[in-house]
Amino acid sequence: MDILIQQLFNGLTIGSVYSLVALGLTLVYGILHIPNFAHGALYMMGGYMTFTMMTKFGFHYWLAILIAVVAVGLLGVLMERFVFHPLRNAPPLHDKIAAIGILLFLESFAQLVWGGDYLTMPTPYNQVVSIFGLTFTMQRLLIIIAAIVIMIALNLFLKKTFTGATIIAMSQNREGANLVGINTTKVAMLTFLISGGLAALASSLASPINLVFPGMGHLVILKAFVIIILGGMGSIPGAILGGYILGFSESLGATYISNDYKDIIAFILLVLILTIKPTGLFVKGGHT
Amino acid sequence: MTSIFNKRNSIIFFVLLSLIFPAVVPNDYFLYLMTTAFIWVIAVSGLNILAGYTGYLSLAHAGFFAIGAYSLGLLTVKVEMNYWIAFVLTLGITSLSGLLVGLIALRTKEHFFAIYTLCVGYIIYLVIDKWEGLTGGVRGLIGIPTPANIGSLAFDSVHSQYYLVLFFMLLSLLIIYRIVHSLTGRTFIAIRNSEQLATTIGVSTMKNKLLAFVLSTFFAGMSGALYASVIRFIGPEIAYTSVMFDLLMYLLVGGIGTISGPIVGAIVIVWVSQQLQFLQEYRMLIFGPLLTLIIIFYPRGIVGAFISLKTRAQAKKRKVPIVNESLTPTQKQIEEG
Repeated sequence: MDILIQQLFNGLTIGSVYSLVALGLTLVYGILHIPNFAHGALYMMGGYMTFTMMTKFGFHYWLAILIAVVAVGLLGVLMERFVFHPLRNAPPLHDKIAAIGILLFLESFAQLVWGGDYLTMPTPYNQVVSIFGLTFTMQRLLIIIAAIVIMIALNLFLKKTFTGATIIAMSQNREGANLVGINTTKVAMLTFLISGGLAALASSLASPINLVFPGMGHLVILKAFVIIILGGMGSIPGAILGGYILGFSESLGATYISNDYKDIIAFILLVLILTIKPTGLFVKGGHT
Repeated sequence: MTSIFNKRNSIIFFVLLSLIFPAVVPNDYFLYLMTTAFIWVIAVSGLNILAGYTGYLSLAHAGFFAIGAYSLGLLTVKVEMNYWIAFVLTLGITSLSGLLVGLIALRTKEHFFAIYTLCVGYIIYLVIDKWEGLTGGVRGLIGIPTPANIGSLAFDSVHSQYYLVLFFMLLSLLIIYRIVHSLTGRTFIAIRNSEQLATTIGVSTMKNKLLAFVLSTFFAGMSGALYASVIRFIGPEIAYTSVMFDLLMYLLVGGIGTISGPIVGAIVIVWVSQQLQFLQEYRMLIFGPLLTLIIIFYPRGIVGAFISLKTRAQAKKRKVPIVNESLTPTQKQIEEG
């Protein structure tokens, strides 16, 4: 029983990270209707940014995260401006390939600047806490709390503010949003800013319990794709729910099935879903 | 002038050039490099049938390439089968696995298809990597034999392997050329341009998409089998996503949706990578942005840029205004190949 609860807690931790990454991916999908294959590279850049800010410049963990979030968010905006904006009328194949190009570049760039080694990120939250017979590090608790706070804040932003409403409007209907006077270019840039920021935040939170290396985004991005297909492309609650579903199934699978094959669970899940329902679960109407 | 440089003559010229190539290169290394480039041409041409002509971007192509390489490797090393029987079986195995994956994968469309096949490719990689009993895991598979003799023809030297691979490349290109210019090929293009429209005029899209998918895996398998017997060592990394991106880059740089695109792309990039070898793992610093720039400015690659230059020059000669040359590439592609 103890193992089960411990694993459920672990599932909650990984699920939080997955949800944050998937949220950024789903936001961009909602706006541009492209799967951003470079999102994993943004995740990786976030991890490295925070790492450098902490070790090179000696900033505090939270300040380092803030800088990383802003920097990677701006990187996302640059991507939108220079790559996806010129390609907005091109066939969907082109966006995908362009995104892959960016991914390759950023990965190679990280290798050049930081080397290919596995780095461990320090964290001020290494204390071990034990509540109700469960033991875990503060960092894991922090991941869960931070993720939930961000999700609530994002939801409030999208639902209660005017700027947030423009993002939703644009994801519902691009031409319609343009007609009622929404500056779609600005909204697209803003979406990329938020998306990059979320990726950086997720990796900065997760890195102290994982490791920082150039290929760290690979598996995460593939799993984020699984999540947004699970939760419906472009759907925000779907991304959050899907993230936790995947987190739980992975941590339980690792304990009760096989630790070696835990990464394959996500892909088998996806293959099963798409085999049964080729357009994904919980598809929203209107998206084509 | 134009009568000398027409299509038939230039094909004859390039085939002759490739035939005398071993005689003019200074050392075996260049020959070996060219052999690997030809192997990639076969794989990329296979991908081109699906991504270029049918409009479905499959990211599992490297996985099928690896299935081909591992099938041949296992059949010859572990089962100790005759090479050519193993070769034919390999083509069967990859096509069959392509058929099975295609049946399910092609129910999805566009992004879902890309993501689905990306995951299929990753599963293939993970299976090869983890199933040590069969594939040898990360240690890979060593000691794959060179192609067996056919009569008095032996394939144990670099020269003979070059000609063998050249033969298979030309054969594949011929087959693909015939397919693309047949009614089937035009059906593929119809599906790429508008699947709904194709269905409306009575095309069985599922059947044709499946055919394109199986064909693409067939050539991936052939390429993988040749790769295994020329390199003679294979590891799980040949199924990894980086190989997939290499294939994609060859296709894009050369020109997607043209017959000559994969040839130009694979040969140019293999040689340029060779020149940039001092960069090693950093070569993507150049190729990554290059890929992105090409897709923005020259979405049809080197061959596409060349064709539009030629059409422009011809139009100028005839003093005809250029109408809409960036659109409707299909018709031109069919005509100029």
